[in-house]
Amino acid sequence: MRSILKWSRENLFATRMNAVMSVLSIWLVYVAIEGVFSWALINASFIGTDKASCAANPHGACWPFVTAKLNQFVYGNYPMGEQWRVNIVFALGAFGLGLLMTKRVSFKKEVAVLMLTVYPVLTFILLSGGFLGLSYVETNQWGGLLVTLVIAVTGIVVSLPLGILLALGRRSELPIIRIMSIGFIEFWRGVPLITVLFMASVMLPLFLPEGMNFDALLRCLIGVSMFASAYMAEVIRGGLQAIPKGQYEAAKSLGLSYWKSMRLIILPQALVVSIPGIVNTFIGLFKDTTLVMIVGIFDLLGIISFHFTDPNWTSPQVPITGFVFAGLVFWVFCFAMSHYSKSVERRFSVTGENK
Amino acid sequence: MNFLKWPGVKVSKVGLFSFVSFFLFLALAHLQSAKADTTLDLVKKRGELSCGVSQGLQGFSAPDDKGRWHGIDVDFCRAVAVAVLGDAEAVKIVPLSAKVRFTALQSGEIDLLARNTTWTMHRDTALGIQFVGVNYYDGQGFIVRKDIGVTNARELDGASICVNAGTTTELNVADFFRSNGMDYEISSYEKSEEAVAAYDAGRCDAYTTDQSGLYAQRQRLIDPDAHMVLPDVISKEPLSPVVRQGDDVWADVVRWVHYAMLNAEELGVNAQNVDKLQESINPSIRRLLGVEGAYGESLGLDNKWAARIIRKVGNYGESFDRNLGAGSQLKIERGLNALWSNGGLQFAPPIR
Amino acid sequence: MNTVFSLWSSQKGRNLIVQLLMVAGFLGLVWWLVDNTVANLARQNVATGFGFLENNTGFDINQKLIAYDESSSYQRLLLVGLLNTAIVSVLGIFFATLIGFMVGLARLSDNWLVSKLAFLYVEIFRNLPLLIQILFWYVLLIEILPHPRNSFALGDMFFLNNRGLYLPWFTSLSGGNIVLWAIALFGVGWFFVSRQAQKRRELTGQKSSYTRHYFILGVIALAGYLSLWGVPFEPNLPALKGFNFRGGLSFTPEFVALLVALSLYTASFIAEIVRAGVLCVAKGQFEAAKALGLPTNVAMNKVIIPQAMRVIIPPLTSQYLNLTKNSSLAAAIAYPELVSVFAGTALNQTGQAVEIIFITMSIYLFLSLLTSFLMNIYNARVALVEK
Repeated sequence: MRSILKWSRENLFATRMNAVMSVLSIWLVYVAIEGVFSWALINASFIGTDKASCAANPHGACWPFVTAKLNQFVYGNYPMGEQWRVNIVFALGAFGLGLLMTKRVSFKKEVAVLMLTVYPVLTFILLSGGFLGLSYVETNQWGGLLVTLVIAVTGIVVSLPLGILLALGRRSELPIIRIMSIGFIEFWRGVPLITVLFMASVMLPLFLPEGMNFDALLRCLIGVSMFASAYMAEVIRGGLQAIPKGQYEAAKSLGLSYWKSMRLIILPQALVVSIPGIVNTFIGLFKDTTLVMIVGIFDLLGIISFHFTDPNWTSPQVPITGFVFAGLVFWVFCFAMSHYSKSVERRFSVTGENK
Repeated sequence: MNFLKWPGVKVSKVGLFSFVSFFLFLALAHLQSAKADTTLDLVKKRGELSCGVSQGLQGFSAPDDKGRWHGIDVDFCRAVAVAVLGDAEAVKIVPLSAKVRFTALQSGEIDLLARNTTWTMHRDTALGIQFVGVNYYDGQGFIVRKDIGVTNARELDGASICVNAGTTTELNVADFFRSNGMDYEISSYEKSEEAVAAYDAGRCDAYTTDQSGLYAQRQRLIDPDAHMVLPDVISKEPLSPVVRQGDDVWADVVRWVHYAMLNAEELGVNAQNVDKLQESINPSIRRLLGVEGAYGESLGLDNKWAARIIRKVGNYGESFDRNLGAGSQLKIERGLNALWSNGGLQFAPPIR
Repeated sequence: MNTVFSLWSSQKGRNLIVQLLMVAGFLGLVWWLVDNTVANLARQNVATGFGFLENNTGFDINQKLIAYDESSSYQRLLLVGLLNTAIVSVLGIFFATLIGFMVGLARLSDNWLVSKLAFLYVEIFRNLPLLIQILFWYVLLIEILPHPRNSFALGDMFFLNNRGLYLPWFTSLSGGNIVLWAIALFGVGWFFVSRQAQKRRELTGQKSSYTRHYFILGVIALAGYLSLWGVPFEPNLPALKGFNFRGGLSFTPEFVALLVALSLYTASFIAEIVRAGVLCVAKGQFEAAKALGLPTNVAMNKVIIPQAMRVIIPPLTSQYLNLTKNSSLAAAIAYPELVSVFAGTALNQTGQAVEIIFITMSIYLFLSLLTSFLMNIYNARVALVEK
């Protein structure tokens, strides 16, 4: 008790100004917690099958809406009988990530390579089907969290290698390649994603020969990947710039070719330096997947807001509940990523200081 | 290829790689587009019809709990699919916002747009699209909360109006208020459900769209009985399926699917009696059902095209009744959409 | 053939050939895309060209900073949309900077509670998709706020309801605009005069009276004008007329929701930038300032922040740019900014997707390139100062 008093005197009430700030903060915390609690728990509805169950608690959340629609929020309209395929994809992804994050695993490199190459192919085969005895599931039946994750993972898998190429191109000694890389990067970074998505979703076929067309989801994926690559390129360029010139010269003096020196000497160091930036780009990309809702693809946010108009569930509490639920899901993913990036950063910075 | 292995080669590999892959891409693209097909050929080759509909308007196109789409526009998509491909399920339903619908059609993303789209001169002449025939005669109206005490549209001076962006509705409402010297504040939403939700939350005093849409959307309000549709109709809204301009073969197919459904109703052919009526002696029915003549073949289909439509989807009256009329929640009168023989405007050219 | 081989055998030659091939490939790609587009448009008989910009739009929008109605042209609409983007971006940048600096400095506070709260703020807002935040604030505003007839009111001047926020404002009578321009000019002049005063103080060490004289001069001029011609403004108070409030200065819920979401979201990033910037300044600087006897806030304002600014400004600018681009998410609610009103409504009414998307993207691209250009100049200047 004494020590708590002492601690709070030192940390909360050291000066008069500090004391005022502390009291204000405590009040703020109280108001926030009280508001959240009464909305999410005390005044909320928990069971029911339609909007009538929520009408009784007009000042609280309407959780039955979420529980009743959870399956659609996760899988969209993916056929019930085929949802095990999605589950396998989810489980494999979680397992791979788990391995990557476990400190004691010694074969991280192999896992990472598998995750970036075999896993996407496997995912495509499982989700889309059409052969190997799997029934074909069209992408317009995909939805919810599944689509959100597909877009995010594709963006991540494509943008990393493409971003590296672009970053190298931007630092190339050949003027044309440099100019083209700069042009590409600045173009995609300069326009809002929503216009890119709009172009990808409805205008792309206009640029292609008559009759040539891609799947709507695929077009969105292309748009998102291009966009993310440009941002990735800038992050990696930062990493490349942070490598001391001596490293480049040393690689050259060993007689290594350009690609060899990049692959063996420069990139490994540059990528480690840019890990925080790379993860931040991933987080940004993950958050940006919500924009596909505006072009009519039912990602998690899209399918949640689509269900607001279900006549069985139209009630004033439903949209707020839905947005809070969507926010929670996204927040957990993003927070986990940023937390992981910070721990990696700390680990590397510690080894750096040890040198 | 030995020179590729020379030490010190800088970007030539990647350059060569991108160069080669670009030409591969070009070649591939060229292969895919070897000849410009008609939409009919494309649909047959693909084995699926890509059909643009609204994102959710009860009676026209809306998904049920299991994600299956229903409505008069969806029925029309299925009718075209069953006529062309022989399978009413070979349809890819593409829900589109009002904003992207024409671009999606122009770009070839969809083969047919059946999205309660108003036929106007500008759209018909300047957008590179073609309207095939009116499948619903509509007019624009307003819905308001009963407790604001408004009984007709002239009393809406100074009101906030919610509307779906990029529609004729948005233009008509401007015309209406301007020509009556009234003031208003407009909120234009990207999707109709957003506009309805905002109206329901009290953001606007009135929501405006086609009369049929008002009845449909009212079902979705929190308390449907607290709202009323005003009696005024402020515009003509002939709603029609749309195809790309410059593909007459396809336009003919789509147009005659609509006429076949109308002719079937007029001749009393429906989903129940269509098989029995194959033996009918009425020559009009025999032509419709492909017992006589080669009308289907001249469309580029087979002669049983119309019989299939009626068997799987039904005639126009059945579709109307099931989705909008007495057999639906909306209970909209046939009114202008009755056959000409019943005092309505639906009048199809004969099949002969 | 021989010359090609001899070219290829040298490094320079190879580079040249590869680059030429890439240019050819790039031009080929562009040509191919343009050719396809033109062919597609021509085949479908779609109207092309920029002539539509002269046509009447035929529809109204609910927020316009300059005169606009149904009979205005698409050109005008473009301008209206652009101004709506500008106003929400400028105000968003202002509030985001304010909140961001406050939170960023609060994170460095020695008060445990304050710094944890700031940390919580950053983690919550940074990790939530902006679109969800915009939709959330919008739904909250229109669901929770009352109907105009039951508005929250402060006096008879401030009103808040689900149609918007209404503040008292003024209308200028004849001569009012001249006075406003004069005041604006006076403000610009103030900037130069105070810079001059600063220079003088640095040179001579004396406090200059330039600014005071300038101010007095301004006040006299204003008082003179007002006494001669009277006040050229009259108050314009919002009042309930029929369905809605009229008059005063009003902000729609769409605008408020977008502004709040953009400010809070961007502020969480700015807070991190500010924190990193301040941490970058060597600890010794702060201790030295303290040793000189400067109080904490003076040490912060005069020693730490000016040095931190050099690290802060480049990422800060890119946040400003992000905010401006993010304002395009207004398409999800009905705020009529550039993307939603021009690339949205106008596109659909005219059907000229290619032209409209081209114009829209060009505007953003121009803005972005301009910013990077100015940033490069700034960086060069800062680097020079370092030497």
